[in-house]
Amino acid sequence: MWLWFHKLGTARYFYSLATTLTPWLAWLAGLVIVTGLYLGLVVAPIDYQQKDAYRIMFVHVPSAWMSMMIYTMMALSGAVGLVWRIKLAHVACTAAATIGASFTLITLVTGSIWGKPMWGAWWAWDARLTSELILLFLYLGFIALQSAIPDRSKAQKAGAILLLAGVVNIPIIHYSVLWWHTLHQNPSVSKFGAPSIHTSMLIPLLVMTVGFMLFFLTILALRMRAIILETEQRAKWLRQLEETA
Amino acid sequence: MAGIFATVVKRDLVLVTRSPAECTTPVLFFVICTTLFSFIAGTDLAVLRTVGPGVIWVAALLASILSLDGLFRNDYEDGTLDQILISPHPLPLIVLAKIFAHWIAAGLPLLAISPILGILMNLDSHTIAVLVVTIAISTPIFSLIGAFGASLVLSQKKAGTLLSLLTLPLCVPILIFSVSAVLAAAAELPVAGHLMLLGSLFVFALTLAPFATASTLRIMLGN
Repeated sequence: MWLWFHKLGTARYFYSLATTLTPWLAWLAGLVIVTGLYLGLVVAPIDYQQKDAYRIMFVHVPSAWMSMMIYTMMALSGAVGLVWRIKLAHVACTAAATIGASFTLITLVTGSIWGKPMWGAWWAWDARLTSELILLFLYLGFIALQSAIPDRSKAQKAGAILLLAGVVNIPIIHYSVLWWHTLHQNPSVSKFGAPSIHTSMLIPLLVMTVGFMLFFLTILALRMRAIILETEQRAKWLRQLEETA
Repeated sequence: MAGIFATVVKRDLVLVTRSPAECTTPVLFFVICTTLFSFIAGTDLAVLRTVGPGVIWVAALLASILSLDGLFRNDYEDGTLDQILISPHPLPLIVLAKIFAHWIAAGLPLLAISPILGILMNLDSHTIAVLVVTIAISTPIFSLIGAFGASLVLSQKKAGTLLSLLTLPLCVPILIFSVSAVLAAAAELPVAGHLMLLGSLFVFALTLAPFATASTLRIMLGN
């Protein structure tokens, strides 16, 4: 088990494993997302209040979950990279940042499109919206920092520390925004009402989330492979791989 | 321990007196930024009263963060930072001393000028008093967070914008609680809760920021 873990941490082993797994992950992600979309757009019943417009939720909510999950994953991975000096963990951080930022943007855009007919405005300074926007800034800050430092190893470590600082701050930011919001007049909208979501809508939501996770893993594997190719371009094993191919 | 702290503070303050622009520029920036907003808001005193606290706050935040850009740069470029790193004294303590010296040089002038800006924004005396208290608690937090940011952008020549992108999202809670306190004071509501939250954020930043900054400096200098 530990040996396997150790092996997985080496660029060479990870590269070949990722190469084998990527097509499987991609097909599985496509299949699950198509199933989720079918369940969400066709099978799930119409909402009595929001009519068909609520169906954007099947993209919006999984993206929001993904945007938060990816940031947490990056922070954990950054900590692993700093503590155990595993290069691959830093590579995962760099590779995941753009995907996380994209999911955050998708959340904000679909939220806007959903908000326009429901709240009558593209944007409201609601606590959750504002936290998500700040999360986007945190992602962009990480990406900007990494691209600004020329030395790759330093960029990775500095990025990891920034991620840790960000993850410590996220709860503080979230609650401060929540309190700021409640200090003012409460807008009479909230995303979900008091009753919890019905099973016929929950199942497509969960299926879509699994699909998005598989999609994330596919893109992550692709991007990590690209970064490994770039950093290890002089490595012997890569030359040999090239020759056999 | 206390000896090295005092030595570093004294050294940095002497350096500031040799080039006073370092502490006057943030104040001028603060004043000009606030003045610019009054052109946008118009001369309506009632409007100024409502947006005034927020304007003063954003200007103070930007002035503190932008002045922190060069906190470690001179020491980095002339090699002093390498000497600090190999010295036997704890690095977080030295970092804290540098932050403290910077706050005296750049934060205190902001604090001193803020009541005048409050008068310009037509705030009443109680609101101005609360404004000064919030600035007194928050500028050290900005210095602590900004120092962490400055250590991340250490090797960049002109890093003001990148520094802002990194640190401003982390400053959102401070801005929220400070402006809430000032607005509550203007509405004659109790302000103690906001001030206590600000105080706890200060303690939180004080405990973690020097260590985060110190480890970033170690990474950026390559050991």
